[in-house]
Amino acid sequence: MLEIKNLHASINGNEILNGINLKVNTGEIHAIMGPNGSGKSTLAQVLAGRESYVVTQGEVLYRGKDLLDLDPEERAREGLFMAFQYPVEIPGVSNTYFLKSALNAVRKHKGMDELDAMEFLQLVKQRMKLVDMDESLLNRPVNEGFSGGEKKRNEIFHMAVLEPALAILDETDSGLDIDALRIVADGVNKLRHKDNATIVVTHYQRLLNYIVPDFVHVLVDGRIVKSGKKELAFALEEKGYDWVKAEFEAAGASA
Amino acid sequence: MKQTAEYREWYKGRFDLFERSLNGEASAEIHSIRKAAIARFSELGFPTTKHEEWRFTNVSPIASREFSPAMEKKNSLTKEQLRPFLFKTPHRLVFVNGQYSDALSSLGSFPKGVTVSSLSSALRNTPALVTPHLAKYASIEDNAFVALNTAFVRDGGFVYVPDGIQFDEPLHLLFLSDAGEGMMISPRNLMIVGKRAQLSIVESYVALTDSNYLVNAVTEVSLDEESTLEHDKLQNDGMKAFHVSAANVRQKRGSNYVSNTLAMGGALVRNNLAAVLDGEHSECTLNGLTLGTGSQLIDHHTAIDHATPNCTSHELYKAILDQKSHGVFNGKIFVRKDAQKTDAKQTNKTLLLSDEAVIDTKPQLEIFADDVKCTHGATVGQLDEEQVFYLRSRGIDRTHARDILTFAFAGDVVNRVHNESLRSQMEALVNDKLNEGRRN
Repeated sequence: MLEIKNLHASINGNEILNGINLKVNTGEIHAIMGPNGSGKSTLAQVLAGRESYVVTQGEVLYRGKDLLDLDPEERAREGLFMAFQYPVEIPGVSNTYFLKSALNAVRKHKGMDELDAMEFLQLVKQRMKLVDMDESLLNRPVNEGFSGGEKKRNEIFHMAVLEPALAILDETDSGLDIDALRIVADGVNKLRHKDNATIVVTHYQRLLNYIVPDFVHVLVDGRIVKSGKKELAFALEEKGYDWVKAEFEAAGASA
Repeated sequence: MKQTAEYREWYKGRFDLFERSLNGEASAEIHSIRKAAIARFSELGFPTTKHEEWRFTNVSPIASREFSPAMEKKNSLTKEQLRPFLFKTPHRLVFVNGQYSDALSSLGSFPKGVTVSSLSSALRNTPALVTPHLAKYASIEDNAFVALNTAFVRDGGFVYVPDGIQFDEPLHLLFLSDAGEGMMISPRNLMIVGKRAQLSIVESYVALTDSNYLVNAVTEVSLDEESTLEHDKLQNDGMKAFHVSAANVRQKRGSNYVSNTLAMGGALVRNNLAAVLDGEHSECTLNGLTLGTGSQLIDHHTAIDHATPNCTSHELYKAILDQKSHGVFNGKIFVRKDAQKTDAKQTNKTLLLSDEAVIDTKPQLEIFADDVKCTHGATVGQLDEEQVFYLRSRGIDRTHARDILTFAFAGDVVNRVHNESLRSQMEALVNDKLNEGRRN
């Protein structure tokens, strides 16, 4: 589904990604872990199409297409979704209106009919249950005045409505208490099926107790320095990131 | 450009003609007000950009043309032609080129004791209700446009709501311009709201023709103790027209005044809005939205006089400026020595959609009391790229994302209008204007 080859990206002349290689197949969940400043969020942003980052080298294939050639909205319509680490507040635009515009843009792109107000409302009510979201948040302006937990839940709610093929969760666990974390993770798990894939970007292993990854990758200084199964996450939780870094440097020195 | 003396002579000459056309119909009292006003106008002359209050707004395009007061004339308009300008309410007074049209107006049933009529008819039939208030709040002393309006006072909307009466559905004052080049229309409105009474007024200024006319309007409002007024204004004159207005509000104890203004049509638009909080615990809320395209100049000048303690004022003025348009906001807040516990908040936000659009914004706080809370803030900017990206990352294209955000910026003001039908009308106008701006 997704193939990242030797991806380099920079912002304001600072190289953040230094050659990422990653392959994600349908049905898989990948966790990207790493210390602060390792480039995890940058990777998520570059995949979503944030224009402030400049890709200097490498390529990204998404369902056979050159992802980097697509505008952010085209990526979204092709089924890519990023749950923001810091969801943006949009005063004056109701959550429903926003989501309906987004969903209909996606549906139109797929050659499907746009949903009318009634059909949309039915869908929305059903999907809200997945993340146990309060109905009052529907008619409020997008994220405005939402608590940290409500914002993150709203992201997963958007995901539930848009049903992406590839979801990238950028630090979705940050700022969540354990109950909210469980609800968000449950939502993600219920949306999982054999034809979609998920990339979970996180600093802590905690979320991975609930969203169990098939693969774990450790990002340090803009490179994947180690990959493994879910057990790798436990080792990181226990021992921190330094040993992985040391191991990688040692390997580099001996090579 | 005309010499100063020339336009003074011109309007003096127009006044003499106007006086003759009146045929002694009005009372001596009103006519002495007119005479004093034309004399004051001759003394003042039109302001120049050297006047502090007119620094950003050059009215020489008005001063250099010879405008003729609209004279009494039968109109042949049909109700069908009004349709695009209507919203749902049973009460409507229609003025064509400033002159009341009985055939086009309609009034639903309203509570006993309420008087709703044209000002000309109120001057004839119920002068005792009018004269204690007319020309008492809008002063001719320092505003030449008010003086000019007062000199040619003849018609406009008049409402009197006695104590304790709730006049629920809005009264629509529809000012239609079907004016030829160089016509001057001088609407004069007066609203008197009794103790604990309630009223909702909508003034709209719209055009049937695209010509260079001048609307010079004055609205006076008297709010007695614990009364409430929502006063909405939709200013959508033709793009070649000039529109200058003054609204002067006097508020007694515990009264509540809300004004929502949408200003969008005309080559030059200047709205003066002044409220005097002349009784404790009174409150005034002024909201405004400017939509500028082309080379429009749209100016909002507000003045709130906190004359008594424990009063509250809120102001939110927003502008969306495209192309080479020019917006002005000047918000004066005056807190007198005795006006302790004043709570005043002023916000001005501008969205610039083009590099050539300009906003001049100036808060003017003059505070002579010490125990007060006064805040003001102004922001000027482009659309927030974070917000644009958030929308795009969900599948909404850039153009639509920008439209949604621009519309939301405007909605902040438009949503404050209570009447749903008027609100949708305003939303549609905002939408059309924003789209039109983008097409050009």
